[in-house]
Amino acid sequence: MKLRVDIMKAIGDFRLDVQLEAGEGALALLGASGSGQSTVLRCIAGLTKPDEGRILLDGEPLFDSFRHVNVPPQHRRIGLLVRGYALFPHMTVRRNVAAALEPGAEMERVTEDALRRFRLSEVADKKPRHISELERQRTALARLWASRPSVVLLDRPLTGKDSFLKFSMEQELSDFVRGFDGPVVWASHDCGEVYRNCPSVCVLEDGASQEIISAERLLNHPGTECAARLSGCKNIVSAIPRHNAIFIPEWGVTLRSAYPIPPFLTRVGIRAHQVRIAEPSLVNTFEATVERVIEDVSSTIVLLRPSGASDEAPLLRMEIDRNIWRTTPDQRHLTVSIGTQDILLLR
Amino acid sequence: MDWFPLFNSLRIALLSTLIVFFAGLFAANRVTRLSPSPLRGALDAVLTLALILPPPVIGWLVLRWFAPAWNLFHVRLVMHWLSAVLVSALVSFPLMYRVARIAFERLDPGLTDIARTLGRSEAWIFWNVQVPVCRHGVAAGTALAFGRAFGEYAATSMVAGYIPARTATVSTALYQSWSGGDDGQAALWAAVSVLLSGLCLLAVGVVENRQGGDGTL
Repeated sequence: MKLRVDIMKAIGDFRLDVQLEAGEGALALLGASGSGQSTVLRCIAGLTKPDEGRILLDGEPLFDSFRHVNVPPQHRRIGLLVRGYALFPHMTVRRNVAAALEPGAEMERVTEDALRRFRLSEVADKKPRHISELERQRTALARLWASRPSVVLLDRPLTGKDSFLKFSMEQELSDFVRGFDGPVVWASHDCGEVYRNCPSVCVLEDGASQEIISAERLLNHPGTECAARLSGCKNIVSAIPRHNAIFIPEWGVTLRSAYPIPPFLTRVGIRAHQVRIAEPSLVNTFEATVERVIEDVSSTIVLLRPSGASDEAPLLRMEIDRNIWRTTPDQRHLTVSIGTQDILLLR
Repeated sequence: MDWFPLFNSLRIALLSTLIVFFAGLFAANRVTRLSPSPLRGALDAVLTLALILPPPVIGWLVLRWFAPAWNLFHVRLVMHWLSAVLVSALVSFPLMYRVARIAFERLDPGLTDIARTLGRSEAWIFWNVQVPVCRHGVAAGTALAFGRAFGEYAATSMVAGYIPARTATVSTALYQSWSGGDDGQAALWAAVSVLLSGLCLLAVGVVENRQGGDGTL
């Protein structure tokens, strides 16, 4: 099964322009809130009509503005899991699952099968508000499974859940996605969630999709500022290519990269945990003064002002092991280094 | 003691509420699905008009337009209790329509959207998701419409008149008793009306309280 999406839609001043392809393995749709993730999923599910373009499932059009095809959501066989699950509040867990099925002889059998498979038999006669958050997610998944979808869309399912619960919920979601035989599009704000569950990533920036890359590449070579930011990069500054090196005007620093420097380079990203305290003899080292120290749960965050930096320049954020910081002799002036492989080249 | 007016008022109110229940739900559903526009506003105003329109206007309209049309089918509507059903339905329709519309507008659209992705038809979604989830509003609208239909006087007396044992209702009987000087009888019908209206409002209160509370009907 292959899902191909190439759609455009204008909503007021906001413009959605998305090309993506999902086949084997989950595709992450990574974006900041307000980037249009929900609208993309709603277009695929047939709940929102794009202005133009095509949505093809195995070559068959679900939507095609040129051929005037717009299959209603009822006939698309696209399962959607939303934040909050949209369980029918007046129905029991069993009836919620059965709601995915046509009434008939099969209905009861498939419903009971789904309840067993998703470990819901115990709570089958309870209403959604009387079961746990984890059971609510299972009910939504059981209902989705019972509807036998060809494609599964997850609309930021874990956003806003507390971290302890989120871990178990993510594992169950992950198992479901791995066991599902068909395209999966997983919308998320969270790079970690994406990296753990999705082999490929499509970054959505203000409604525009970027080229699909692997989750590995998102971390090592995100390519764009938006992707770098979404991948958790804390330091992003403007940069100018200069004689096989990179000059950062705001900091007055020149850095070398292990990779060829593209001519379109406008910015670089430096991950906070890849800034290290170093001996002055290494490459890519520079002096900096400590502006602020923040003790985090498992590390120390140090905000640095490079010695050549202007007053308005953004501070360099460094995250280091607490013990290393504790044993640092001079906590006011540092020499820091950045590995030549750790500089993200961005446009 | 002639209890016919009570029996007649009840059958008029029940039949009229039956009509208004389906018509009100249908209209509320249609209007809810329209995107906000001047057209929607105008339609809403037309559907709500009977709420503030003096009932004699409804009575006059029925006599002027409906009755002659029905006469074509050799159905005599005027001076028949069924005409009271028609005017009661027209008068109480806005209550059902408005209360149901407000309930439908507050429904989480995510529920109906999910039902669509699960392959359920619009009719299935309406009767199995939309109406049950909005059941408090629907029940409140029904109770209000019933109460309004039960007590309808002005339009009813215009189209059905007052014929004892044929078209007499609690309201028209009350007026006849009073104008005939039978104050005791008038007081009885007044008490019946107060009791029934009170019960309707009590029913509305009960469903509204449940909405805030546990939510299981």
